[in-house]
Amino acid sequence: MNLHEYQSKRLFADYGIPVPRGIPAETADAAVAAAEELGGDLWVVKAQVHAGGRGKAGGVKLARSTDEVREHAEAMLGIQLVTHQSGPEGLPVNVVYVEEGSDIDRELYLSMLVDREVSRVAFIASAAGGMDIEQVAEETPEKIFTVAIAPDAGLQDYQARQLAFGLGLDKKQMRQFGNLVKRLYALYQECDASLVEINPLITTGAGDVLALDAKINIEGNALYRQPEIVKMRDISQEDAHEREAAEHDLSYVSLDGNIACMVNGAGLAMATMDIIKLHGGTPANFLDVGGGATAERVTEAFKLILSNENVAAILVNIFGGIVRCDLIAEGIVVAVKEVGVKVPVVVRLEGTNVDTGKELLKHSGLDIITANDLADAAKKAVAATG
Amino acid sequence: MSILVNKDSKIICQGITGNQGQFHTEQCIAYGTRVVAGVTPGRGGEESLGVPVFNTMREAVAETGADVSMIYVPAPFAADAILEAADSGVKLVVCITEGIPVNDMVKVKSAMRDFECRLIGPNCPGIITPEECKIGIMPGFIHKKGRIGIVSRSGTLTYEAVYQTTQNGLGQSTCIGIGGDPVRGMNFIDCLELFEADPETDGVLMVGEIGGSDEEAAADYIKSSVSKPVVAYIAGVTAPPGKRMGHAGAIIAGGKGTADAKFEALDAAGVATVRSPAELGSKMQEILGA
Repeated sequence: MNLHEYQSKRLFADYGIPVPRGIPAETADAAVAAAEELGGDLWVVKAQVHAGGRGKAGGVKLARSTDEVREHAEAMLGIQLVTHQSGPEGLPVNVVYVEEGSDIDRELYLSMLVDREVSRVAFIASAAGGMDIEQVAEETPEKIFTVAIAPDAGLQDYQARQLAFGLGLDKKQMRQFGNLVKRLYALYQECDASLVEINPLITTGAGDVLALDAKINIEGNALYRQPEIVKMRDISQEDAHEREAAEHDLSYVSLDGNIACMVNGAGLAMATMDIIKLHGGTPANFLDVGGGATAERVTEAFKLILSNENVAAILVNIFGGIVRCDLIAEGIVVAVKEVGVKVPVVVRLEGTNVDTGKELLKHSGLDIITANDLADAAKKAVAATG
Repeated sequence: MSILVNKDSKIICQGITGNQGQFHTEQCIAYGTRVVAGVTPGRGGEESLGVPVFNTMREAVAETGADVSMIYVPAPFAADAILEAADSGVKLVVCITEGIPVNDMVKVKSAMRDFECRLIGPNCPGIITPEECKIGIMPGFIHKKGRIGIVSRSGTLTYEAVYQTTQNGLGQSTCIGIGGDPVRGMNFIDCLELFEADPETDGVLMVGEIGGSDEEAAADYIKSSVSKPVVAYIAGVTAPPGKRMGHAGAIIAGGKGTADAKFEALDAAGVATVRSPAELGSKMQEILGA
């Protein structure tokens, strides 16, 4: 689950991590009121969406008067902001965060996540923070360094020093930074984060360390023990189809091809997409119906894939383990009748009760193309799209 | 022979009285697996599926001499169950449970270093030595005793690889689903090492997926330490990059993790890769001349 910047900064503040003062606003009037309440003569208006790359996409603007605050808020609120991380449709801006301006001396990069190679939580840091951090990582990877934390010992002082020296901080900043990383580590553990990223972490003209941005992802599998964080969920930032799929225990991602797939298991679903491509077709979606697929779930899956109007053929690939092929076949027959499928359906069944399943399809009176194996299924599906 | 489990393996099921535990343990017993006990805290003294239920793993191991644990307990309690199993003296823990928080697994993985115990999973189909011992949720009947080792991060895609080697007569020595979670127990390299040392395994099918860098690490290992033929497939060439938030994931991956990068690493290591998942079995057959 993703948090917005303003929610992440509220959590930072709760943990004593220094952030600029700011107020979220849902209207331009509220944005102006927020600026007045914050005072001063420089503000930043920041679009609140669940994607990075906002700065380059026009989602972060400086304002030198309350008129400019209003102007930026009006321009951002209600639009779909497209960044290089948001997907082509962009994400709706329903909230802007109005923040006091900061006096930036240096821009640094600091993040935390699980480093899979060592199976530990790691800090990633770079003195070359800011909007071009991915370019830095690609072109000059030596400017990025990681420090992995042993879970039983926790974050050690020497590791905080490694990070601070690596970032080129002075003595006063090192003390502030040491506190900051300890609190970040505590937040990461206690809130079940899967990502905490501060880009940029700045040093100010006065020599202080401050988190100018904040991104937090909370691990979905741990939400059952994070009731306060679950309240911060913003479903307007989630894909409607994917959310609907999740409600039926389906895992769905829409793609731009024309052969819809319905498969049990994520690995087999990806393999099915790959083999469609290999035979000259393009997949219209990724869809994993999961291990406990029932006739009802198969019907829901058909509805979902047919909501994509580009679909010219459907390929069902089920390798029954726990899932019984006869139940899947029943589901397909019901779904095709109930939903009114008008495109060719290619079905490949294998595994538990496969013979009964194939019989059911054969005697259903429906025009279903059966396939003998994975390659055969892909060929037939590609051929069916004409 | 085989690796890790065989007809003599004695298995305890943690979570035997739950829905999942009941259903799958029954299937395992029907396959011929020697399930000797179950553990459910608070249900000690009862009997389930014809075997005694104990309150603790320590008690269950002391009473039965079991050497393997199979875990079906729900995700919030599974990390604890894994460590209880490791601490009880079993040599292998197979955790089927899906949805364990990664931060819990980071702690488990670190604590496991204190025990002489291997972990398979979590979020995996399990391990099977055909016609001897099935520990997990895979359909037993698609397997056939033979000479190919299979190691895979996926579930149903593993079945696909298994089925192809059953169809063409090669059969399997042992099949391991290592699971798809970012922090897990045994990895490709651990399994490859065991298959390499197993005189009854002639070749290995390796099925990977996008994400992480375990396939790249396996490629290096194969080049330096595996003499047996390895056939590999990586799922996800067509998977879209996906929406994301923040840069950290891309930075730490450092260009690794895509299907193309994995294929490239495996090709460079001399592994026979197949671009079609339908050719895993036939490719191995071609190499072995069987």
